[in-house]
Amino acid sequence: MSPSALLADVVPFSWVDGPGNRFAVFLQGCNLDCLACHNPHTMPRRTPRARSVTVDELLDQVRPLAPYLSGVTVSGGEATLQAGFVAAWFDALRADPATARLTRFVDSNGCADDAVWDLLLPRTEGVMLDLKALDPGIHKELTGSDNLQVLQSLERLVEESKLAEVRLLVVPGRNDSDDLLRRTGEYLALHAPGVPVKVIGFRPHGVRAAARSIPAPTDEQRSGYGAAIASAVGPQLVTVV
Amino acid sequence: MEMDVFQARARELVDTPALTYRQRVQELAGLAEESLDPPAVSAAVADALTTGLVCDLAEGHAPYRPRYLLPDYARALRQGSEYLGLAAPTDLYEAVAFLLSMYSQVPSITGYPVYLGDVDSLLEPYAADVDDETLYRLLKLMWVTIDRSLPDAFTHANLGPDDSRVGRTVLRLEQELLQTVPNLTLKVDAERTPDSLVLEAVRTVFACGKPHFVNHAMMTADLGTEYGVVSCYNSLRIGGGSHTLNRLNLAESARRSSGGVDAYLSTTLPEHVALTAELMAARITSLVEQSQFFGHSWLVDEGLTHLDRFSAMFGIYGLAECVDALVAQEGGTGRYGHDADATAIGWRVVERAAELVAATPLPYCEGNGGRAFLHSQSGIDSDLGVTAGTRIPIGDEPPLHEHLAAVTPNHRWFASGVSDILSFDETARRNPQACVDVVRGALAGGMRDVTFNLESNDFIRITGYLVRKSDLAKLEADGVARHGSDVLGAGSVANSHVDSRAPKRVISSESLGAAR
Repeated sequence: MSPSALLADVVPFSWVDGPGNRFAVFLQGCNLDCLACHNPHTMPRRTPRARSVTVDELLDQVRPLAPYLSGVTVSGGEATLQAGFVAAWFDALRADPATARLTRFVDSNGCADDAVWDLLLPRTEGVMLDLKALDPGIHKELTGSDNLQVLQSLERLVEESKLAEVRLLVVPGRNDSDDLLRRTGEYLALHAPGVPVKVIGFRPHGVRAAARSIPAPTDEQRSGYGAAIASAVGPQLVTVV
Repeated sequence: MEMDVFQARARELVDTPALTYRQRVQELAGLAEESLDPPAVSAAVADALTTGLVCDLAEGHAPYRPRYLLPDYARALRQGSEYLGLAAPTDLYEAVAFLLSMYSQVPSITGYPVYLGDVDSLLEPYAADVDDETLYRLLKLMWVTIDRSLPDAFTHANLGPDDSRVGRTVLRLEQELLQTVPNLTLKVDAERTPDSLVLEAVRTVFACGKPHFVNHAMMTADLGTEYGVVSCYNSLRIGGGSHTLNRLNLAESARRSSGGVDAYLSTTLPEHVALTAELMAARITSLVEQSQFFGHSWLVDEGLTHLDRFSAMFGIYGLAECVDALVAQEGGTGRYGHDADATAIGWRVVERAAELVAATPLPYCEGNGGRAFLHSQSGIDSDLGVTAGTRIPIGDEPPLHEHLAAVTPNHRWFASGVSDILSFDETARRNPQACVDVVRGALAGGMRDVTFNLESNDFIRITGYLVRKSDLAKLEADGVARHGSDVLGAGSVANSHVDSRAPKRVISSESLGAAR
């Protein structure tokens, strides 16, 4: 019996979910409640919009596309909530000659415990981790939870050389103070040296009603965010989008 | 043509301020050729030409040079040229000067050479003696001179499949110079071409819309190792070429049939292939036997061009409308590229056309066993409402992975080239490896030619050739264009509004004559 997961969506060719051309799977359900989430429909654990998918079904979809891909990425929602499925799918990809060469990445908000990482890290080449805010209080305002587990995850991923990228979603007026950006840069320079950082300016497109009145940062603000992080971690590691 | 009509048109060309001196000379030659009777064909073929079923791409009434000619530049460099009065080059300086001289003496349908050779493998042996800076400066002079002296974007250079200093330098120059000339193809081999070279080529596409990527393994299987890509997606044998390119309008062809797919494939398509082949035979015979190009060309005399490596190109276009019409005749509504059954009908039409062309002997086509090469023809500026080649209609393409799956099976049949242009969005710039992945996958999956456009640069790909938006603006302001292909591009913009939508594919035509 092939394990199954609750699936929000599949993007067969994604160029924004890790290195190269990737088959991106968005699992349903999240353990954070982010104000600025641009895919809020993937947040609830149960919704009629989601569907069930098995490892075999996903494998069948990837197989003919494999020659065009660098790899696969599991995102969400929060992918690690269905870590058992992710592990089974990654094992299946590795076992199938048509897909064995593909790299397997996880996109995570970091709210996962050691048991989850014990399961996933031996099976993945890299994790792209969201850090919604370095400050626990601001993190709680933005997501409903503090960031203790996120930072623990980040440090473990660095230790095991599995942190592929840190993503900073910067929301004007919420987590874009000069002080917070400076401290974030310093934290990353110290705890995640050499790891690429993607600085993402908030976009109101697709967000929940409560966040629609938040303006997108201007181009100038966005490059200011990037410069603040780059001054600590080095400009070659920072991408601003 | 009556003398008074001839004179009036000649006067109009002589006086037109929109053409440069060189363009006027070329147009006047075209007018003179047009005043002669075309090669004799049956009434049925004449009717097919008049009614747009078959098209001779305005090649002219009296063929006196092959449409596409691929000189054996490697041999010329080895042996020198008596005609050019040049000994075999001994260093890079002499080799560059030799090639530039030779280019000026190579004919084609456009009046300019359509093939400049595999410049990396031609020049790499001479490059060993010069440092990187000298190589860069010399190739830059060469590239600038090509653009200024051969102002025609159908002029085409090839690179690859092996990595080289010359190839890398050319890509660097392309990114710096941002010229529409020459057109450029990178031959890609799964084993021999390193990812880093494909990646650099992808970055070059971001800058200037070039190069195309061609499937070296498929090409060598069909044409042998000595092949080149010329003009727009036309792959042919080096030392040979194509006498002519005529094309069958599949959209019009299907309209003349009413019995659905099977009747079309068994009756109508064979009739229309035969009409097209008759036109081709008449034109080839005229070129070889009447104007006797091969009897008095220095390229033949010096062993750089061989009649027995020539063939001709049988073009098809309008597959999308053909399929939709056949589906409708059977009461369906599926569309080519969107409905699996309709797309599969497209594959059957192409395979059947290939089978018919392969079974139709043509004179002086020993370069392909006495047969024409099938070609998916990428359109001219008068093709309103008919989709180029075997493409899915512009702006109507399905998601990329479905697009690839729909068109790839056609590619094996088109030994002389097929143009499916993939349109990539801006996110590609931040993830060039994704483009490398798609190019590699497409080639591994059986695509022969891979071309992609990015929607944001200054270059508009009219079909296979490029024009710059800024040059078109200048043409509009000043009324004169240095590049003949810009004039064609302007016609396409006026007819098809390519400037107001995503800057990608449409239409081509390969001589000013065709723009009339």
